[in-house]
Amino acid sequence: MACDVAPPDVIAAAGCWILDHTGVNLTILHDEFDRRRFVSGIGMTIWLSVVSLFFSLIIGVVGAWAQGSDYKWIRRLINGFIVVFRNTPPLVQIFFFYFGISTLLPSVEDDVGMRQPLFSNIQWAIFSLSLFAGAFNIEIFRSGIEAVPNSTKEAAAALGYTRLGTYLHIVLPLAIRVCLPALNNNLVNLLKTTSLAYAIAVPELLYASKNIWTDAQNVPTMMVVLLLTYVALVGVLVWAMNAWERSMAIPGFGQGRGR
Amino acid sequence: MAAAPAPAAPAWTPDEPIIRVTDVHKSFGSFEVLKGMSMDVRKGEAICIIGPSGSGKSTLIRCMNALVDITKGSITVENQEVNDPNLDKLKLRRKVGMVFQQYNLFPHKTALQNVMMAPINVLKQDKKEVEERARKLIAKVRLTGKENSYPGELSGGQQQRVAIARSLAMRPDIMLFDEVTAALDPETVKEVLVTIRELAEEGMTCILVTHEMKFARDVADHIYFTDKGVIVEHAPPEEFFDNPKDERTKTFLGQIL
Ligand SMILES: Nc1ncnc2c1ncn2[C@@H]1O[C@H](COP(=O)(O)OP(=O)(O)OP(=O)(O)O)[C@@H](O)[C@H]1O
Ligand SMILES: [Mg+2]
Repeated sequence: MACDVAPPDVIAAAGCWILDHTGVNLTILHDEFDRRRFVSGIGMTIWLSVVSLFFSLIIGVVGAWAQGSDYKWIRRLINGFIVVFRNTPPLVQIFFFYFGISTLLPSVEDDVGMRQPLFSNIQWAIFSLSLFAGAFNIEIFRSGIEAVPNSTKEAAAALGYTRLGTYLHIVLPLAIRVCLPALNNNLVNLLKTTSLAYAIAVPELLYASKNIWTDAQNVPTMMVVLLLTYVALVGVLVWAMNAWERSMAIPGFGQGRGR
Repeated sequence: MAAAPAPAAPAWTPDEPIIRVTDVHKSFGSFEVLKGMSMDVRKGEAICIIGPSGSGKSTLIRCMNALVDITKGSITVENQEVNDPNLDKLKLRRKVGMVFQQYNLFPHKTALQNVMMAPINVLKQDKKEVEERARKLIAKVRLTGKENSYPGELSGGQQQRVAIARSLAMRPDIMLFDEVTAALDPETVKEVLVTIRELAEEGMTCILVTHEMKFARDVADHIYFTDKGVIVEHAPPEEFFDNPKDERTKTFLGQIL
């Protein structure tokens, strides 16, 4: 099954060459449709990761702040949220929102007059993943916040900072540096967990790959491709987080000590 | 300071005490730390508070900028009652700066940034103008050249002088110093004391908790001796050191001198 490609497409040509010489069928290289599916799968995985990562960080920062609230019921609410999301499987959470909550919400009419759910599967995936990672981020930020000495906060208070001002300008910047390694782990975990969106038919990397291997009958090949792609994606994230960690290092403080 | 609807304090005039502590009590749980302390501080005075460990010196001065709330009594700063639930803490803390034993600089900011932060974040002052002032303050505490060093790269004495500059950047009327040289080694104590002495000589109202007796004798206008939550006696330095009246003062001075 030799394949024909237009001459300027070197990637496709490479795919054909590999197929002809080794029998390894990388349709994502020489088949335009598969290639598009695969690339958009990667794009969707990155999109899910980046957006959920963003919201999970906001949830973490706000939640950790609210945990120090003077109101008992706010603290309880946050703790309840953490317990629920930490102690349940993320796949169950995604199902809970997509099949549970979604059906309770009103549907809306789209342009051609069809009834559509209020939120798409992609939106539910982002929502669910953000809460999942956010719950862990709250705990992580809290441990960082607790590492900031009271005397430092007191110095801020003596300079006229409010509790919020102290949190934003002093506590958080210090806490983030303390908890970056743990945060790093959780965000890597979040990226990997986006593959669960497969279960509600979000066309991310795993879903796209599965469609490709079903059509092209190249299961083992695609499995390897899939693994390597995740390795690369996580690698990029870890590299970015490490660069961030280095840029945040303070001479004479924490990991920056001794420089 | 315009016609505020809140129960406005009678306007303060410089001939009145700038701080007035009247029969202040403070308990932590059932443990009474301050058992009725009173003192008046006039503008431009340097006051030293000395006394054995645990006698309530820190607690007393921390009440003056509302870091600790008092259980009973009254503290006024420029006639503003500190023990008032509606107290505008920002307004009070603009007037009353504080320097701590452990410096407590913000480790993620350079020396210059430490000095600039509060005027910019809290007072929302113009960054350029604040920076200019901050550089002058760094020079004033003799740290020119260390503007861009992080606290972790500075010695204790240098950090403490940055902390003093940081407080001064808020342009306070009163400075509180809580054993600011206690964590320093003997050589660096001097450089910090020189800075404080200059401040006092420029007319800054200073309230110092200190164990530096020689410094207290040289710089203080008035000395208060505390023990077990009460002010045992107070007097100008010559009288206090040369002619202490109370037995407890004599014992304390005997041990320390
Ligand atoms: N937040 C607090 N909670 C409970 N007890 C406290 C608190 N702060 C101070 N104390 C107690 O109050 C007493 C007086 O403390 P304070 O720090 O005012 O003493 P001090 O005169 O400054 O002593 P030192 O010379 O050791 O600094 C001490 O017995 C201390 O244990
Ligand atoms: Mg003390």
